Amino acid sequence: MTIEELNKIKKENEELVMVRKVVAEQAEEMAKHTGYRKQVLVCGGTGCTSSGSKKVLAALDKALKDNGLENEILVVRTGCFGLCSLGPIMIVYPEGVFYSQATPEGVERIVKEHLKEGNVVKDLLYKETVHEDGSIISLSETNFYKKQMRIALRNCGVIDPENIKEYIALDGYQGLYKALTSMTPDEVIQEVLDSGLRGRGGGGFPTGLKWKFAKGSEGPIKYVACNADEGDPGAFMDRSILEGDPQCIIEAMAIAAYAIGATRGFVYVRAEYPIAVQRLEIAIKQARDYGFLGDNIFGTGFSFDMEIRLGAGAFVCGEETALMTSIEGNRGEPRPRPPFPAVKGLFGKPTVLNNVETYANIAQIIYKGAKWYSSIGTEKSRGTKVFALGGKITNVGLVEIPMGTTLREIIEEIGGGIPNGKKFKAAQTGGPSGGCIPAEHIDTPIDYDGLIAIGSMMGSGGMIILDEDTCMVDIAKFYLEFTVDESCGKCTPCRVGTRKLLQYLDKITKGQGEMEDLEKIDELAKHMQKSSLCALGQTAPNPILSTMKFFKDEYIAHIQDKTCPAGVCKSLIRYEIVADKCKGCTLCARNCPVKAITGTVKQPHVIDSSKCIKCGVCMSNCKFGAIITK
Amino acid sequence: MAENSLSFKGTKAQEEKLMAVIEQNKEIPGALLPVLHEAQEIYGYLPIEVQQMVADGLGVSLSEVYGVATFYSRFSLTPKGKYQISVCLGTACYVKGSDKILAEVENKLGIKSGECTPDGLFSIDSCRCVGACGLAPVMMIGEEVYGKLTPKEVGAILDKYINEEGGKQ
Amino acid sequence: METVNLKINNIPVEVPKGYTILQAAKAANIEIPTLCYLKDINCIGACRVCMVEAKDKNDRPMRGLLAACVYPAEEGMQVFTNTPAVIKSRKTTIELLLSTHQKKCLSCVRSNNCELQKLALEYGCDEDMFASEDAVYEIDEQSPYIVRNNNKCVNCMRCVAACKNVQTVSVIGAIRRGYQVHVGSPFDKSLDESPCVGCGQCIVSCPVGALTEKSDEDRVWDAINDPEKTVMFFTAPSIKATLGECFDLPIGTNVEGKMPAAIRRLGEGVKAYNMDFTADLTIMEEANELIQRITTGGTLPMFTSCCPGWVKFVEHYYPEFIPNLSTCKSPQAMFGAVLKGYYAQKMGIDPNKMFVVSVIPCTAKKFECTRPQLRSGDGDYDDVDVALTTRELGRMIKRAHIDFADLQDEDYDLPFDKASGGGVIFGATGGVLEAALRTAARTLDGNFKKVDFEEVRGPEAIREVTYEVAGVTVKVAVTSGLGNARKILEKIKKGEADYQMVEIMACPGGCINGGGQPLQSDSVRNYVDYKALRSKALYDQDKNSEFRYSDDSPVCKMVYDEFFEAPGKEKAHKYLHTSYVERGHKMK
Repeated sequence: MTIEELNKIKKENEELVMVRKVVAEQAEEMAKHTGYRKQVLVCGGTGCTSSGSKKVLAALDKALKDNGLENEILVVRTGCFGLCSLGPIMIVYPEGVFYSQATPEGVERIVKEHLKEGNVVKDLLYKETVHEDGSIISLSETNFYKKQMRIALRNCGVIDPENIKEYIALDGYQGLYKALTSMTPDEVIQEVLDSGLRGRGGGGFPTGLKWKFAKGSEGPIKYVACNADEGDPGAFMDRSILEGDPQCIIEAMAIAAYAIGATRGFVYVRAEYPIAVQRLEIAIKQARDYGFLGDNIFGTGFSFDMEIRLGAGAFVCGEETALMTSIEGNRGEPRPRPPFPAVKGLFGKPTVLNNVETYANIAQIIYKGAKWYSSIGTEKSRGTKVFALGGKITNVGLVEIPMGTTLREIIEEIGGGIPNGKKFKAAQTGGPSGGCIPAEHIDTPIDYDGLIAIGSMMGSGGMIILDEDTCMVDIAKFYLEFTVDESCGKCTPCRVGTRKLLQYLDKITKGQGEMEDLEKIDELAKHMQKSSLCALGQTAPNPILSTMKFFKDEYIAHIQDKTCPAGVCKSLIRYEIVADKCKGCTLCARNCPVKAITGTVKQPHVIDSSKCIKCGVCMSNCKFGAIITK
Repeated sequence: MAENSLSFKGTKAQEEKLMAVIEQNKEIPGALLPVLHEAQEIYGYLPIEVQQMVADGLGVSLSEVYGVATFYSRFSLTPKGKYQISVCLGTACYVKGSDKILAEVENKLGIKSGECTPDGLFSIDSCRCVGACGLAPVMMIGEEVYGKLTPKEVGAILDKYINEEGGKQ
Repeated sequence: METVNLKINNIPVEVPKGYTILQAAKAANIEIPTLCYLKDINCIGACRVCMVEAKDKNDRPMRGLLAACVYPAEEGMQVFTNTPAVIKSRKTTIELLLSTHQKKCLSCVRSNNCELQKLALEYGCDEDMFASEDAVYEIDEQSPYIVRNNNKCVNCMRCVAACKNVQTVSVIGAIRRGYQVHVGSPFDKSLDESPCVGCGQCIVSCPVGALTEKSDEDRVWDAINDPEKTVMFFTAPSIKATLGECFDLPIGTNVEGKMPAAIRRLGEGVKAYNMDFTADLTIMEEANELIQRITTGGTLPMFTSCCPGWVKFVEHYYPEFIPNLSTCKSPQAMFGAVLKGYYAQKMGIDPNKMFVVSVIPCTAKKFECTRPQLRSGDGDYDDVDVALTTRELGRMIKRAHIDFADLQDEDYDLPFDKASGGGVIFGATGGVLEAALRTAARTLDGNFKKVDFEEVRGPEAIREVTYEVAGVTVKVAVTSGLGNARKILEKIKKGEADYQMVEIMACPGGCINGGGQPLQSDSVRNYVDYKALRSKALYDQDKNSEFRYSDDSPVCKMVYDEFFEAPGKEKAHKYLHTSYVERGHKMK
């Protein structure tokens, strides 16, 4: 591969891809040169695949053939667009209109009415993109996208992740070329340092500094590794990047390898991500075929290759030393630091380990320069951050925002607010290592230090929105159950401490807590923070500490009043039938697994609390909202 | 004390496949995990006989293999059902009530999470986030994803599989 | 050597670069408590007992607390080992461990010798600070030598490290994760179903009562109280150098005189014989076997066979080397055969009325007693009825309320009382080979004057020495610890070594560090070379022995004259040699 060849591929494919990036008028002009009148992009990410995008794609292929359009319409299966709750997602260019929740039936209409006859099927469009006057806006103009800024996700939902040419068309491998041919390794490291990029996996350690340490370590063999063991429940940023733009990780790892003097790379991916693994495999093969991996890359004498290693279901392997122990073929137990990986990492050699999202920024930092990147974000947190927005929020999905965006903007504007008219209670960030941001801090700008200051943390990017129906003690317990399950068991504070914390919470949610338990929890939590071996144990108490800080009244309600204000904790609630609302339809009684409900037809029914197991089946079956919890 | 009371029914073909995998991997550093992944793919689970073959093939002790196999939750020491049900208990699903989905599946099949029905048809596991948070709460049966579930819908979904099996017999 | 300067509790200290904080503190005469750390065996920073507070070279407090056993001493660092935060952390960690520990301390054999108990006391812990967990683990007592009670386990992984890293036997490991983590054999089967060699290094590594030997004390008490039985004890060469530790005597105190005195006081008619005698007998047979093998083109190198852990290791993992094992029985087994064969006949005692008790430094010898090859008569009795560890003998003496430290020295019982210095040093690594060399060299060359073969004594892990005796070149190798044994075997397998004789002891340092020896806690093992002190007691005795050569032992001469005729003769072969079986390396 030479720069001439690279630029040739870029030029040949540029317009085809740019049709998807520019405004409709420009795109229409461009489309004329591409050989395709229209392009249909269908999301092939995990979210949309789960909601049936494969069937949609099959229906699309068939309908195009049936209508004789297969040669003039290009179908592109992309990675994640971000709006997962509206999947399967389909976008038609050059006009850029956005069909949500596509079905095979709908696709038939879209092909016939829109692609063939030129009339957009307005009733199948995402409703926010159709104004009352009938005018249509493009996806990028929706609230969901407007406030976003896509750097790490720039190609996700834009290119075909299995076609390296489309990646090249959007400046792919220009960064690697620039680094190899016009920069020394030290200059590459300086550029990354100057960009202000900090580790996106949660730690926030300056990436350039990590590289500098690894470069400074002596040794003929060094490694670069990519942490794609995204284990936070409810987080899927890294998966989406691997599924939507795998080449950007390969390019970045090659740049990192050049910078520190490594020749081999490992990507450690969760086995739970089959689509990501498959796309990455294809991408690695293509990169090898094109000469971006292998010997003598760009004729510079620099050689680098990489392989994939699968995780096997252990959250702790997201911790850097545990990840390495796991790649080495062992139980994924963390090891003490120092020595740090940059000195003694994988197989005992100096190693740079960065997470997927961190790598996703690298090629552009090198290509566009540190100055450009560091102009984005806040003083101590440069650039953007990707969040996986989930829980009680209208627009569940993937968002990328400049650092410094407030939580309010994310929830109310990008996220579309809380569904069902419920009240926002808190946002949980950082997963089992993080904490809650309560409503009173909704205007906190999101960056590393801002979140730590209010007792939460950036984490890798999971953001779960909680509404008034969520019990904060129960949420803390949920995370503790997770860490109890996922603790590796090596060190005492984590192995035993997490279990003891959970026992306290269990007691409290059962109404058996005592006020002094709160002090004991606090003491034990602080002990674990100080004395655990790795970050998992050190941060495991965070969900408790932050909920105790901001929602102490809920803890006290559970302990002193023996009530669960949100009506979640089973032992503290009672199911009752409101006689006025009950129509006596008998549905609840028939579905009750323990026959706790009695009553005659057309008469209000009654629940026998002594028999009730609080499974909630009656409540979910009642059509009249007559069953309530107290 | 033994975890695995069922008798091992490995075939010659499976063994040959495993030996080929070991041969391919034994020189690479850290081969144990990749080989166990493949072994589980071949046999469906990792009984002592399979772990012993892996240990001998890679020149590590059985106790190391067992230590690794029991550390990672994806490795199973017991056979799984023909249809593997996996209910997501990740945060996004949990706050949307996936614990109730799991309870309903358990109730309907009469087994607990981690168990397999006596006819070998279904096994239930809970998992942490399949990444389909947009569809929360989510349950997977094999590769098939069922999203935005309510406990009420669970019965009908399972019946579909049960009827399909009934039809075959 | 590059060094770093730092302060520990404000005391300046200069230590070699690469030292941990723990080592640096010791250099400043400050001890930091540990639990999972065990010198040369386990260094994983897991228990979090050794936490300290520190400031970096810029006087900034370092984040969290540091684990002293793994954290390297850094230039300009200030370490504080006893701050309130440190004390609090240690206390809480120990209390967490106590909540998961079966606190049957009153009746635990480790009571007063338990590292967890000691820490709990030092830090004023409340064992009820956290709710106690139920004992959920089944006690594994199926093997004839080791009992595991995981309800007392603190997951320090010292036993696993000893088994896997030191011995490379690896029949136990960490299973599952998180709170479910426990130590066990594959598929949670009993240790008895595993290819365990029984060395007991796991027991001597255990800080608590999770691992103990399978106690045979009651069987011995029963025999002592049985008027039909004549109870005959004999004590292995290393016991005299270690038994004193059970009674708080300094490490390396030779108690050869008190030992038979104490044993006799266990009950009426109890005999106390000297097993050093059969060590001599082993040399007689083994030296003869070696010469036979060399002169008749037999299988070489010949491996010593006195260590039952090593023998079982070969039977499980290197069956191709079974022909290399000397066919000589171990000194324990020879003594059994001498007593129930020769001595029973001589004295006209029914062997079934003899109750033969060996006191050995070893748990593998408990297994050896059960080997069918070592049954006599028509297979109706074991040559040795019970093998007691040093610790068990110590407990029996305590139960009999014998004031051990104040006992006057007494001799062993006749006729098996005397032995040579060659027999004495069997208890230390290299001793068997040295004793053999003494006898062999003098046999080949009457003028050969060398008695002390210090080259084979240590301290290197593997010693290879070549001797020229009477024009014959003898190449020998010595090692202890099965990890080292494996290295030698692999070397021989690859054709990279051409020894004539190899001495191997399963336990690092030999019998003086056997799995049945008195337990020394981490606070001793991490700082004191207890193996050297114990060995020294044996070598000192050897130096002052009346006889240095095994073949000078009058007891040896007596048994050959009266019964066995000469080494290797038919009767000697029948009673003093044995055979081995291939056992396979898989779980049963």
